[in-house]
Amino acid sequence: MVVSQGFMAPGDKSWVREWLFTIDHKRIGMLYLWSILAFFVVGVFLGLLIRLELFSPGRDLIGPQVYNAVFTLHGVIMIFLVVIPSIPAAFGNLFLPLQLGAEDVAFPRLNMFSFWLYVIGGAIALTSLFTGGGAPDTGWTFYVPFSAVTTTNVSVAVLGVFVLGFSSILTGLNFIVTIHRLRAPGLKWRRLTLFAWALYATAWIQVLATPILSITVVLIAIERLLGMGIFDPARGGDPILYQHLFWIYSHPAVYIMILPAMGVISDIIPVFCRKPIFGYKTIVGSSLAIAFAGSLVWAHHMFVSGMSDTAVMVFSLLTFVVAVPSAIKVFNWVSTLYKGSIRPEPPLIYGLGFIFLFAMGGITGLVLGSAGTDMHVHDTYFVVGHFHYVIFGGTGFGMFAAIHYWFPKMYGRMYNKKQANIAAGLLLVGINGLYFPMYLLGLAGMPRRYYDYLPQFTELHRLSTYGSWFTFAGLALMIYNLIRSRYHGAPVGRNPWQAATLEWTLPSPPPSHNFDVEPVVTHGPYAFSEVRDDD
Amino acid sequence: MTDHRDYQGAKMGMWLFLFTEILLFGGLFVLYSVTLGRFPAEFHQASQLLDVTMGTTNTVILITSSLFAALAVTALQKGNAKLAQIFIALTIAFACGFLVIKYFEWTHKFHVGIYPGSPDIADWAPGKQAFFSLYFAMTGLHGIHVVIGMAVLSWVSWLIRVGKCTPEYFVALENAGLYWHLVDLIWIYLFPLYYLIT
Repeated sequence: MVVSQGFMAPGDKSWVREWLFTIDHKRIGMLYLWSILAFFVVGVFLGLLIRLELFSPGRDLIGPQVYNAVFTLHGVIMIFLVVIPSIPAAFGNLFLPLQLGAEDVAFPRLNMFSFWLYVIGGAIALTSLFTGGGAPDTGWTFYVPFSAVTTTNVSVAVLGVFVLGFSSILTGLNFIVTIHRLRAPGLKWRRLTLFAWALYATAWIQVLATPILSITVVLIAIERLLGMGIFDPARGGDPILYQHLFWIYSHPAVYIMILPAMGVISDIIPVFCRKPIFGYKTIVGSSLAIAFAGSLVWAHHMFVSGMSDTAVMVFSLLTFVVAVPSAIKVFNWVSTLYKGSIRPEPPLIYGLGFIFLFAMGGITGLVLGSAGTDMHVHDTYFVVGHFHYVIFGGTGFGMFAAIHYWFPKMYGRMYNKKQANIAAGLLLVGINGLYFPMYLLGLAGMPRRYYDYLPQFTELHRLSTYGSWFTFAGLALMIYNLIRSRYHGAPVGRNPWQAATLEWTLPSPPPSHNFDVEPVVTHGPYAFSEVRDDD
Repeated sequence: MTDHRDYQGAKMGMWLFLFTEILLFGGLFVLYSVTLGRFPAEFHQASQLLDVTMGTTNTVILITSSLFAALAVTALQKGNAKLAQIFIALTIAFACGFLVIKYFEWTHKFHVGIYPGSPDIADWAPGKQAFFSLYFAMTGLHGIHVVIGMAVLSWVSWLIRVGKCTPEYFVALENAGLYWHLVDLIWIYLFPLYYLIT
């Protein structure tokens, strides 16, 4: 069987013009996907380097200055270049218009521009490593006063972050208008897929929160270049204000990272249980509630920075409030699984992994959100464990689930399911091995970001490093399997999972112009009785 | 790709973008209000070093340019592309005037040793220094937006010339006008906050 080429087929123009200057949302999505995966590989190697250095006390591989640069880079690359754009920019661009029955996003040229801003921002961020006074060593948060005085190349790095933020804003803006304006006839708001709903909530955060980060990093740059003194107490400034401005974006940004992954999981679980999702409206409501409440919790990063006790209590309470909609989603997924006709295909395995890892990270988030316990574990490895469970275990697994779910649609081929499951197993073992010891390290008092540590922490650090090897093995197997299957996988038809959303009614891969006839939607996204078994 | 035209969508996108601009400046307004709350007396003293005449002139110039931008939109809607281009040119000319006055104001300040990181002001009260840090940051960012607005208006004028922005489909000019009104609006807040506080 010859696999059709769909939107990836070569056309009559040169390759560069056809791909790099494309305004087709699917191609832009693929470009994002490949770039993000490339940056992800770089970030993984930096993470491995950190783990190897921490294998035993004292110097193993790299010196303290290099170590500081490595964890900063690991953070900057993973947060700004991988996790924030991961699902919305790659899979949102690929599948949002298809799920809406639209021809493209609302502003196709702006979409191409966003991608180019992403590339330029990434290039600037990478340039900061090799030029000036060396790679930034501030950590990804660029806290003042250190970021204002360090001689490393912080100004260039924050410029890169500014450009990346602009790219994120424009993608969010594009999605909001697309969802409002380009839904196919009959696709009422209540028939929108939960992935689209999650992207909608995410897009609002992107639009409303990112500008604050932009102005904050601009201020860092002018503070360094012009000696502005806006955060310098000797000149009437205040470093705490920097933290407020930074986290008023960067905490909502956590929900930019996790909401789309939740959307993917909400789309996958019903398909592999053959049941409509339990509590569609509650999931929609909780997505919007997370977007709203998540914007009010930023100062829980600052319990020990010197705020009033009232502020600490208010932000602690609000942090607990935002846990409620997250928990609602978990209960909805579990209820959907209950008495479902479960098919344990790889996307579902990754989805279940997501639920477990996200719950592990989410519950420890409450430990950090209560002011009392936070005082004890603030800036320790407990925090590192918490956000890696949420970000790698949550967003990362959501991303992997999305890749495995939509891979047959993107390439018209199926991967080796057994290998995919083995990789998922390795990753689950690896991630728990890598990050669970960090909770114990943090409770025992090991501070984060330290180059060296006391001998009593050796065992747990070793355990964590062994976990990183399992994680690496899982990632290597997963990526090998996907690359191999892109060329040699068994061809599949339109709808290998018998899903009920619009993208599965198109050939795999979809043609460049999407729908021949504008689809008319008559039922919700999870009405599996309507699915034609044409695979 | 068919020629996709969605007037409502284009307007919606522009309004969302304007929100992000307001939030961008919003961060600085928050810094301003916190610092003002901490150093009200110093802000009062520092503000007297600014030239109210120049500030007032600039406010009048910018409001007038906003009027021209609005007239350009109306002219194009009524089918007079030529007149619209004239009004756009007037808007840009007034924007230039604004920047020229700004240039004289800033160079004068630099001349007397008032600029961020200047040794002359290092022994001033922290509040007075903070006033000028914020003054240069906010009016500087606003100035960049004036330049961007001028570029956008010139581009739209070119769109009219090549017939891509027409009396039938004028949303590009309308959106550029909205952007210009925002630039004007931000200045209307900056002016009293810096020049008139007592």
